[in-house]
Amino acid sequence: MLWLILFLPLASFVLIVFALLKRHTLAAGISVAAASLNALLTLVAISHPDLVAGSSITWLALGGFNVEIGMQWDPLAQLMTVIVTCIGALIHIYSLGYMREDPCRARYFGYLSLFMFSMLGIVLASNFVMLFMFWELVGLSSYLLIGFWYEKPSAADAGKKAFIVNKIGDFGFLLGIVMTWCVLKTINFQELKSVVPAYLASHAMDGGAALSTIAIITALLFCGAVGKSAQIPLHVWLPDAMEGPTPVSALIHAATMVAAGVYMLCRIGFMLDYAQETLILISWIGGLTALMAALWAVVQDDIKRILAYSTLSQLGYMVMAVGLGSSGSAMFHLATHAFFKALLFLCAGSVIVAMHHEQNIWKMGGIWSRMTWTTATFFCGMMALCGFILSSGGLSKDEILFVAWNTNKTLFTVGTVGAFLTAFYMGRLFFVAFCGGPRGDAAEHARENGAVMTIPLLILSLFTCALAWRKGFLVDAIHLIGGMHEVKAPGLVHILLVVIPFVGFATAYAMYAGVGEKDPLSPSLRECLATKFYFDDIYDWVIRNIQGAATWILGLWDIWVVDLSVKLSALGVLVLGNLLRCFQTGNLQTYVIYLGLALVALIYWGIIHHCPL
Amino acid sequence: MLTWTIWVSFIGAGVIMLMKPEKKDLIRWIALVVASVGLLIGLFCFFTYDLGGSNYQFGNGDGVAWIPQFGIHFKVGVDGISLPLVLLTGIIAFTGVLYSWNIEERLNEFFGFFFVLIGGVYGVFQARDLFLLFVFYEIAIVPKYFIIAIWGSTRKEYGAMKLVLYSFAGSALVFIGALALYYTADLPGGKTFDLDALASANFPVSFQLWALPLVFVGFAVLAGMWPFHTWAPTGHVAAPTAASMLLAGVVMKLGAYGCLRVAIMLFPSGMTANVTLPLWFPAGMSGLVIHHFWSSVFAIIATINIVYGAMVALVQRDFKFVIGYSSVSHMGFVLLGLATLDLTGLKGSVMQMFSHGVVAGLLFAVVGRMVYERTHTRELSELGGLIKAMPFVGGVFIIGAFASMGLPGFSGFFAELLVLIGTWRAFPWLLLPIGIGIIITVAYTLRTIHKAFFGDRRNDMTKWDHLAPVTIQEKVASLMLVAILVIVGLYPPILLNMVDKSSDQFIKHHVKPSISGNLARQ
Repeated sequence: MLWLILFLPLASFVLIVFALLKRHTLAAGISVAAASLNALLTLVAISHPDLVAGSSITWLALGGFNVEIGMQWDPLAQLMTVIVTCIGALIHIYSLGYMREDPCRARYFGYLSLFMFSMLGIVLASNFVMLFMFWELVGLSSYLLIGFWYEKPSAADAGKKAFIVNKIGDFGFLLGIVMTWCVLKTINFQELKSVVPAYLASHAMDGGAALSTIAIITALLFCGAVGKSAQIPLHVWLPDAMEGPTPVSALIHAATMVAAGVYMLCRIGFMLDYAQETLILISWIGGLTALMAALWAVVQDDIKRILAYSTLSQLGYMVMAVGLGSSGSAMFHLATHAFFKALLFLCAGSVIVAMHHEQNIWKMGGIWSRMTWTTATFFCGMMALCGFILSSGGLSKDEILFVAWNTNKTLFTVGTVGAFLTAFYMGRLFFVAFCGGPRGDAAEHARENGAVMTIPLLILSLFTCALAWRKGFLVDAIHLIGGMHEVKAPGLVHILLVVIPFVGFATAYAMYAGVGEKDPLSPSLRECLATKFYFDDIYDWVIRNIQGAATWILGLWDIWVVDLSVKLSALGVLVLGNLLRCFQTGNLQTYVIYLGLALVALIYWGIIHHCPL
Repeated sequence: MLTWTIWVSFIGAGVIMLMKPEKKDLIRWIALVVASVGLLIGLFCFFTYDLGGSNYQFGNGDGVAWIPQFGIHFKVGVDGISLPLVLLTGIIAFTGVLYSWNIEERLNEFFGFFFVLIGGVYGVFQARDLFLLFVFYEIAIVPKYFIIAIWGSTRKEYGAMKLVLYSFAGSALVFIGALALYYTADLPGGKTFDLDALASANFPVSFQLWALPLVFVGFAVLAGMWPFHTWAPTGHVAAPTAASMLLAGVVMKLGAYGCLRVAIMLFPSGMTANVTLPLWFPAGMSGLVIHHFWSSVFAIIATINIVYGAMVALVQRDFKFVIGYSSVSHMGFVLLGLATLDLTGLKGSVMQMFSHGVVAGLLFAVVGRMVYERTHTRELSELGGLIKAMPFVGGVFIIGAFASMGLPGFSGFFAELLVLIGTWRAFPWLLLPIGIGIIITVAYTLRTIHKAFFGDRRNDMTKWDHLAPVTIQEKVASLMLVAILVIVGLYPPILLNMVDKSSDQFIKHHVKPSISGNLARQ
């Protein structure tokens, strides 16, 4: 059953790429069918656990060391599979509408199937090597989909950037796996659960050495999550990744793939428990990302980029939750976020299509009266993102902040400021793009895009709301994952967290309701935030200069060391040859003299040194 | 029966050489038959190699006396390390013939030289006698000169001359080392060139310490070891497609194989002995002791290979030079795996030899044959937007490029992973520069893909509208290479099982005893 779930998208991918690249409708149909069937199969697998047998085959045996292809079907994997397949299916359907006029639809659906395959591989993997292989594949499919419109240089560059930045994190991840392999002698998650305590127990005499080994391993593994989940300092690729088609942004760069980093951290949560230093590092990286990304989102003008920065910020919350030792609340937020962020992106996509691919919010306006369904569903997702009381996002975000309150008050403050900013920038987006009067023709003539696009929106908003009202299912799953304790926080904190989103939203209302075509935010503040704290500029500078320096040094090296030594040896041979030419006079007398001299020399050595000739 | 790969190639070379150059199609088909015979024998032996049997198989036992006065034997046989390389030679020869289908000029001589080279390569991988190995090694060098100088492009005489000079300089070092070890070896059975006998000779450590670098460097020149790598890019660029495939695909492996089979197998203590550098120190200190001196030196040089090759590839303007330098970079992984002297590293190294052989063959075929001979330019700044004009070529190149950067699902992934594990055990501090190298590898690969295949058509939208279609030979050869990459990538045991067995034997019999606990890493 699990094998079927995993390999169905692969079959679809292979079929499309090798046979159906020119049969667009058929390709789209196959891909959508595979994704929908997958979602159904997952729901069946969840409700009939007896049908599912976790199995594994040995794939590689290296002198007593085995790498397996195995499946793991624990609550963590179950929850994630449901998220991936359900959202995946809806986004496949939505793509039918969104991509209906694209001349390369078949390729698009092929890549989408490849993504589903690799993402499910990450979720179901039972060991590090298999996880890493799918991890890289997911990076590949993300690269292909970001650069889907490769004729647009910005899209091609964004794909390249995403791949390279991810590779940096992945190398750390790989080193972590290599170190696990060498130190702990196993890479299977189940076995590691008992191996890690045993390792620590057997090295108890070494002082802190064993503990710091685990800390180094987990820190290296965390590098992978920093890349994939776009945490500071490797966050720079995610906003650029918005060059891809919007359904891709929704599925890959909001709901599922970028959450894979968080998922992986929850997977190794049992190792993190032994590594306090790493946990502190993780929590601070997460907290900083949550706050900074929210600040940057405030000054973005592109509707997709605002959402991208908000994804960064929300991922920061999840990573922070892992760092605070609560994998459960991280997964809770991951689940709710996947649904409402996918919803928000799809709404944005719906608006973008209606606006003829205009993404600047300052050219929109008054959308709500022209696109009622889109606006209503967007509002629903926005409530959740801002963390209003009784919304799914509110529940999960509050959970994280309660944990923070109990463990680290500074991070609680950071998170709360982030929550205020979230409500503020979403309010800004809403009042500028959806309210007020239309700014321009495109906004004037915006219309809904038909059922194939609105129905997924409705279903997703239903999920978003249902997760809040019927959270029992989710909370049960989370409790099985563990790490979520009965969190106690004083009533004042509860009230604070309820009030904060209202304050943020109200501030946005005061500033942006009925605003014209110019951002009323003070220009100096705007400029300061728009620098994005120079991360991109520093990287650009480093890359340019290193590349320049390398060219220069290597050029000099080739001229002065390699070529010069070759030329010198050629010169040496030439000189030697000319020298020897002097002896070749062609004169018989000269040769006889040489012969005589040689004879004398030989006799001399023979007699003086008594060498037998 | 595996020996027939050698004879068939030489006989084929002779027959083709004697044919009339006008009978082009006949020559091509005969060449294809000769190459397929080698490939089929290789495949047959590859799949019938007995994992439970003795280490060396398909050989002629203790060999036939060839020049008994000097203890020279005709002794052949393959183990799990050389058999994949024999198969690789067959694959590259077969696809090389297919990619050379369009050569018109002096066709009989071309395939004549081609098969002499192939026969020599087969011989090196099978020889178990040092002298025999050396003879085949020299046979493999000479034809390269003619192939490049006659059928090449872009400064072909210069490239051919540079390549041959470097090769012979390396051979000279090896030859000196071979003579030295022949006279030094004190064996009960008298003087001999038999590799297995020599391996048990227990050369004095002081001798090994100077003979090892001689032989190792001599062979490594051909593996593209920095700073003796400069023949590789110019040679690859100048060579016609089939020859650059052979050069990068198998000839560079000859060097690495020699390092393993001769240098490390005969002088393991030379790799691991500690050396005291006579540096000036404040009174009371004798000098700087370097543990595993030559092993560390070669590991550092291999790391330089990886990073240097990648950095230079990043700034190249010529499409073929990018691939040429990427070969230098990837051979660094092979040398690094060897230098670790670690079981896992060694396995990774052998796997990388195979994997890079296939990848390099594929990439050079795409660049030299499929792109250059249609567009007549290799300047990356003039290419662009090719994927629309040649979707098949673009797809193949992208797959090959991703395989070369070690993406999971392709053979290179496990090769690099195993080398990294070996490095972690032996030289963990080298992993940082290697990481930088890997990331630069991704950068130059993507840069090349984007410049050549994506992007716009540089102001001239009709530029690529009249390219000749891809021929059936090109398609067959490309799909075959891609299939091999994927099969080995998805099911590495197909290759690793035998590599595993023989590497184990190699470490156990040759490396471990001489170290005697000096290098307790396993």
